Amino acid sequence: MIELHDLTKRHGRTLAVDRLSFRVPQGVVTGFLGPNGAGKSTTMRMILDLDRPTGGRVTIDGRRYGQLSEPLKYIGALLEAKAVHPGRTARDHLLWLAQSNRIPERRVDEALALVGLTPVARKRARGFSLGMGQRLGIASALLGDPEIVMFDEPVNGLDPEGILWIRNLMKRLAAEGRTVFVSSHLMSEMAVTADHLVVIGRGRLLADLPMPEFIKRNSRSAVRMRTPQPERLLDVLAVAGLRHEPGPDGSYEVVGGDLAALGDLAAAHGVVLHELSPQQASLEEAFMQMTADSVEYHAGDGPGRDAAGAPGTWAAGRQQHSNAQPAAAARQEEN
Amino acid sequence: MASFPAILRSEWTKIRSVRSTIWTLALTFVVTVGLGALLSLLTNNNFTEFRRNVQTPFDATSTAFAGIRLGELAIIVFGVLAIGNEYSSGLIRVTLAAVPQRGTLLTGKAVVLGALALVVSVVTAFITFFTGQALLGSHSTTLGEPHVLRAVFGAALYLTMLCLFSAGVTAMLRNQTLALGVLVPFFFLLSPILSVVPKVKTLAHYFPDYAGSRMLLVFEEQGQPYGPWAGFAICLAWTLAALVGGALVLKSRDA
Ligand SMILES: Nc1ncnc2c1ncn2[C@@H]1O[C@H](COP(=O)(O)OP(=O)(O)OP(=O)(O)O)[C@@H](O)[C@H]1O
Ligand SMILES: [Mg+2]
Repeated sequence: MIELHDLTKRHGRTLAVDRLSFRVPQGVVTGFLGPNGAGKSTTMRMILDLDRPTGGRVTIDGRRYGQLSEPLKYIGALLEAKAVHPGRTARDHLLWLAQSNRIPERRVDEALALVGLTPVARKRARGFSLGMGQRLGIASALLGDPEIVMFDEPVNGLDPEGILWIRNLMKRLAAEGRTVFVSSHLMSEMAVTADHLVVIGRGRLLADLPMPEFIKRNSRSAVRMRTPQPERLLDVLAVAGLRHEPGPDGSYEVVGGDLAALGDLAAAHGVVLHELSPQQASLEEAFMQMTADSVEYHAGDGPGRDAAGAPGTWAAGRQQHSNAQPAAAARQEEN
Repeated sequence: MASFPAILRSEWTKIRSVRSTIWTLALTFVVTVGLGALLSLLTNNNFTEFRRNVQTPFDATSTAFAGIRLGELAIIVFGVLAIGNEYSSGLIRVTLAAVPQRGTLLTGKAVVLGALALVVSVVTAFITFFTGQALLGSHSTTLGEPHVLRAVFGAALYLTMLCLFSAGVTAMLRNQTLALGVLVPFFFLLSPILSVVPKVKTLAHYFPDYAGSRMLLVFEEQGQPYGPWAGFAICLAWTLAALVGGALVLKSRDA
């Protein structure tokens, strides 16, 4: 189990990680979420003892990473794509890694097969695509058959097929009882893979809770109604004791309302409706709201101005790379 | 703690699996043997012309080793690449995640690198010597002559130490382009030039290459600052200092 206690990292005047404390639960996929520059990669590097903390500590099964002998057998990590010598073959890359931790050589071929790189095992990494580099990185992480795996933005730059493959791999690893710790800046991606969620912004912990809990707390459903007779509609709603909020383009949204019941209500009172539609606030929006104050760079508008409404570059921009929840992006533009 | 033999095996796989590093070693051999052979042949064919007005005794050993200044450049590049390619590809983070004991890791790297460089250097030195002597004909010398065997082994140690020195400097600079940009001009231009400039040369005589190359001398030079073994000690001190410096940087800096 990975445990962080007041973990802090300062680079000159920037606090990359600010007194971060949490535990990565065992045997499930934990999403490590935060906008660009939140400190996800820095935290992961500190877990591996690559960056030395300015303060606090992080332990794996109660021990510092540097105290693990043959650490690849405990924890396998993918930090950046293509951290391979371009002139070395995929197989040789895994071979030296295996030898350093006394992992049997047959694991090299198993790991290559697991990520589907067997056909290019003896090709030099120079010619690998981003996706192949990513698969080789994942093969290195799985080489020691570790209890814990840690991936830093594994789907970045992958095509939909690659994204799906990684998603299923992570679920499978967790199903085998392994601890999976994966960072992302896409809520939509985490919503479909993670069982647990840790959200950070500007190096600080913003949330640490099970995924269903996050969804329950943050998904808001409403029914949108549009009518040429707004006064009559509002009267009807008031009489029925239903709370409503103004929606876009002069529409109204009844929070928690039932679609059929609202349609019946309007018909019973002879209110003409031009729209009656269910609305689901996306988790992406909830995440953006949560991290709004900690986003480093906003698109367009000056910083700090109605941050929740102004989409940060990190979410709106990247959304198109994800095949999940395209509606969320569309709705973002409307607001 | 990580097993040291495991680190050695893994570092050996790393070195042998990249062509560019192997090529620089091959180049060390080819350049040192080839240039030495060429100069020995020329010297033999034009002996009286070359030796006109020269008072010092003819040194058949150093004639055979005429190519070593270029050969040393290749082995310096080898030392730089072997350490530096970890930094150019972000591989250093993968390496340190596998072996977090940084001092042990660098020691293992230096042992593998040093052993390989030593083997190649010894082979290069002896083949250079015998080829040169074969081509020098009647002007040649033998290993049995005073100091000749020491000079041939000296050449091998010289190449090995410069390789490890460069590896240590690269570990300190953590950047292979920068390391090449510093080491190549230093050894190829700065040090040879400074070692003949009056006054400055007293300082330049303590540079690693000048000191190490004293081991190649068979005859005493006029006004030489120190003997071959003092030269060896100075060169070794530089090499160890560079490696310790590299280890300190590796241990203290974020990867
Ligand atoms: N070596 C460094 N020197 C100076 N500042 C750094 C260094 N490494 C990280 N930072 C700063 O620390 C902060 C956190 O960076 P980090 O890369 O950990 O964020 P991240 O959450 O991984 O972001 P991304 O989603 O873009 O990958 C950023 O403000 C970054 O500029
Ligand atoms: Mg990052």
